[in-house]
Amino acid sequence: MARLGSKEGSQVTRFISLAVIALLLLAPLFLSEFRLSLLGKFLSYAILALGIDLIWGYTGMLSLGHGVFFGLGAYCTAMYLKLEATGGGLPDFMSWSGLTGLPWFWQPFEHGWFALVMAIVLPVSLAAILGYLTSRSRIHGVYFSILTQALALIFVILFVGQQPYTGGTNGITNFSTIFGYDLAAPSVQTVLYYISVFFLVATYLFCHRLVNSRFGRILVAIRDSENRVRFSGYNPVWFKTFVLALSAGIAGLAGALFVTQVGIISPAMMGIVPSIEMVIWVAVGGRGTLTGAVIGAILVNAAKSSFRESFPDAWLYFLGFLFILVVLLFPDGITGLFTRLSHRYHRVTSNISTGKTVKSVQPLESNRV
Amino acid sequence: MKNNKLSRKIVLLGALIVATVLFLAGCAGGKQGDRETGKAGDAGTIKVGILHSLSGTMAISEVSLRDAELMAIDEINAAGGVLGKKIEPIVEDGASDWPTFAEKAKKLLQRDKVATVFGCWTSASRKAVLPVFEGNKGLLWYPVQYEGMESSPNIFYTGAAPNQQITPAVTWLLQNNKKKFYLLGSDYVFPRTANKIIKAQLAAEGGTLVGEEYTPLGHTDYSTIISKIKAAKPDVVFNTLNGDSNVAFFKQLRDAGITSRDIVTMSVSIAEEEIRGIGAENMAGHLAVWNYFQTTDTPENETFVKKYKSLYGQDRVTDDPIEAAYFQVYLWAEAVKKAGTTDVDKVREASKNLEFRAPEGLVKIDPENQHTWKTVRIGEVQPNGQFKELWSSDGPVRPDPYLKSYAWAKGLSSE
Repeated sequence: MARLGSKEGSQVTRFISLAVIALLLLAPLFLSEFRLSLLGKFLSYAILALGIDLIWGYTGMLSLGHGVFFGLGAYCTAMYLKLEATGGGLPDFMSWSGLTGLPWFWQPFEHGWFALVMAIVLPVSLAAILGYLTSRSRIHGVYFSILTQALALIFVILFVGQQPYTGGTNGITNFSTIFGYDLAAPSVQTVLYYISVFFLVATYLFCHRLVNSRFGRILVAIRDSENRVRFSGYNPVWFKTFVLALSAGIAGLAGALFVTQVGIISPAMMGIVPSIEMVIWVAVGGRGTLTGAVIGAILVNAAKSSFRESFPDAWLYFLGFLFILVVLLFPDGITGLFTRLSHRYHRVTSNISTGKTVKSVQPLESNRV
Repeated sequence: MKNNKLSRKIVLLGALIVATVLFLAGCAGGKQGDRETGKAGDAGTIKVGILHSLSGTMAISEVSLRDAELMAIDEINAAGGVLGKKIEPIVEDGASDWPTFAEKAKKLLQRDKVATVFGCWTSASRKAVLPVFEGNKGLLWYPVQYEGMESSPNIFYTGAAPNQQITPAVTWLLQNNKKKFYLLGSDYVFPRTANKIIKAQLAAEGGTLVGEEYTPLGHTDYSTIISKIKAAKPDVVFNTLNGDSNVAFFKQLRDAGITSRDIVTMSVSIAEEEIRGIGAENMAGHLAVWNYFQTTDTPENETFVKKYKSLYGQDRVTDDPIEAAYFQVYLWAEAVKKAGTTDVDKVREASKNLEFRAPEGLVKIDPENQHTWKTVRIGEVQPNGQFKELWSSDGPVRPDPYLKSYAWAKGLSSE
C-alpha cells in the first residue's frame, strides 16, 4: 500500500514540477515585456535563495553577507557589459575620476567568457577562504553571522571608496549590448529570461540531488550537532567550506543573471540590509526546504513590487506587516504552514481509515518518530 | 516514512504552483487594467510619471519635490491643461534603491506609457534609470544640481551643472581673499567629482589645498576631522557632505568653538530644507551656493512660496531643488504646447531655447546639452534659517556640464 502510494506520489510530483516549468516557459506569451523582466529578476533571486537555503536551512550556517557573493558575480558581468558598451574605450566614471588608462585587472573582462567564469570563480574563492578559516577555527553560530556582516560592510566601503575602479556609489550601469545583441530588445530579454528559467531549474535539481544524497545528510547532521559529526569521524571543515563555496557560486550566478536583466549593480546591493533581506526570503518561504526558498524569494519580491505600485506611500508598512504575520503565525515559513495543514489532514484521514486497515496506519505512525 | 515525505513534497509543490499561478494571474490582470486606463488616457488626459523616493533615506528630501511637481500639475490643469487635456500624474516610489528606480522607470514607460517623467535626486538613481529612458525613448526631467559629465538626449537637467554652482563659488571665494581651501565631503560620486573639479580650478586660479577628507554617508563623528581642520587653518571649508552628517558636523564645529567668523564654510548641498534639520543657530553666518533661495526677490517667487505654504503647511520651506522640480513641469508643458504633441522627439525639438519665468528668474533650455540656463546665487545663512543673498551672477549662466569652456578642466572629462 505504501509502495503504491509512493509511486503515485512520485508521478504527481513529477507532473506538478513539469507543470510549473511549463508555466514558467509559457510566461512570455501572456506577460508584458515589463512583467517578464520583473519575473526574470525574481528568478535570479530564487536561484540566490537556493544557495542561502543550502548553507542556512541545511547546514545551519547563517550568512548575513551573501550580498557580497551576489555582488561580485554581478560586478564581474557588469565590467564586461560596460566594456562592451564603451567599445573598448574608457568607462565614463573612470575618466571623470582621473584615470587615463584601463586598469590591468579590467582588461581581461573585455572577453565575455572570462567575465562569466569569474562571476562564479571569484565568489567561490572568497567563500572558500572564508569558509575554511572560520570552520577551521570552529567559528559558528552568531559569530559566523557577525563575520559575514563585517565582510559585507568591508566590501561596500571598498567599492564606494574605489570610485575610479568600481564606479563608486553609482555602481556600474548604462549597458548597451551583450555578446553583440541589443540588451534593450524584447527578444534578447526573453532569451535572458529563458536562461534564468534554465538555471533555476538546473540549480534546483542539483541542490535537490545534493541534499538527498549522503552528503546532504551529513550537512543536516552538522546543522543539528556538529560535534557529534566530528566524533563520528567526519571532518566538518571540508563539508562546511565546500557548501559555503557552492552557495557563493550559486549567488554569483544569480548576480550575473540579475545584472543582465536589471542593468545596474551598485554597492548598495551588496550591503548588510540587502543581505538580510535575502535571508528573509528564505525564512518566509520556509528554510530547510528547497521549494520554500524558491517560493519565498518569488513571493516576497512580487509582494514588494505590487505593494509599491499600489501604495507608493504605505507599502513598507504592508511588507512589514507581512513579515510579522509570517514570523508569528508560520514560524516554519509558507511551506511549514502547508506541511502542518497536510499533517492535520492526514491525521483526520488516518483516523477514518484505522478501522478498515491496520497497514495504512503503520507507516504514518512511524513518521512521527 | 516515504509516504509522508512524498505527500509533504506534493503539498509543497502545490503551494509553489498556487503561488506562481496567483502571481501570473496578478500580472495578467494588471496587463488588462493597463489597456483600460490606456484608453482613458487617450480620451481625456495626458499621463506623466513622478518618480522619487517616498521611503528610505532619501525620502526626507524627495517627498518635497513630488509635492512641488504635483502642485505645478494642478496649476496647469486649473489653467486648462495642455493640448486641451488634463495632466494625470502617476506617482511611483523609488524607495532610495537604485534598481527599484530602474524597475519603476521601466513600468512607467512600458506599462503606463507616460508622456514624460519628473524624478530622481541622487546621481546614482539617475544613472540607474538613464539606460531605461534611452532604451525606451522616454523623457526624464531631473531637478537637482549634480556633478556634470553627462548629457543624455533623453534627459533634461533643470538643476545646476558644476559651472553654475561650484565653479563660480570657488571663483567668488578666491576673489574675496579665501585662498586656503579644506575639502570635506561624503564618500560618494558627487563630492569626489566636485572636489576633482575644485582642485583643478584652485591650481589654475591661485588657491591652495590644505586638506581633503571623505566620510561615509551617515557618518556622525567629526571630532577628528575638526581637529585636522583646526590644525590646517584653512580660510574656507568647502563642504560637500550630504544628509545627516551635516547635522553632526555643524553642531560639533560649533561645540569646538569655531564660528563662521573663524572659519567659514561654503556648502553646495545645504538648502533651506536641510537648515531646518541642522538648526539655524548652528549654521548662522555660513555660506551656501544655489540658483534659488526662498528669499529670492521675484514676483513669481512670491506667489510660488505663498501657494506652496498654503498647500503643504506654513512651516514648510521652499528651496532650490523644490523650485527646479516645480518649474520643470512648466517647461515640459510649454514645450508640449509649442510642439503640439507629446511625442518625445518633437518635444525635444520644441524645447530648444525655450524660456520660462521661474521663481528664480528667467530660465532657458540650452539647445545643445539640454541643461538649463540659471542664475548663480551665493547666500549667507541667517538666524531664522533663511538666506541673505551676498552675490549673484549677472543673469542666467550658460550650462557647461563638461566644463569645456574652462582651460583648466581639460582632462577632467572624456569628451
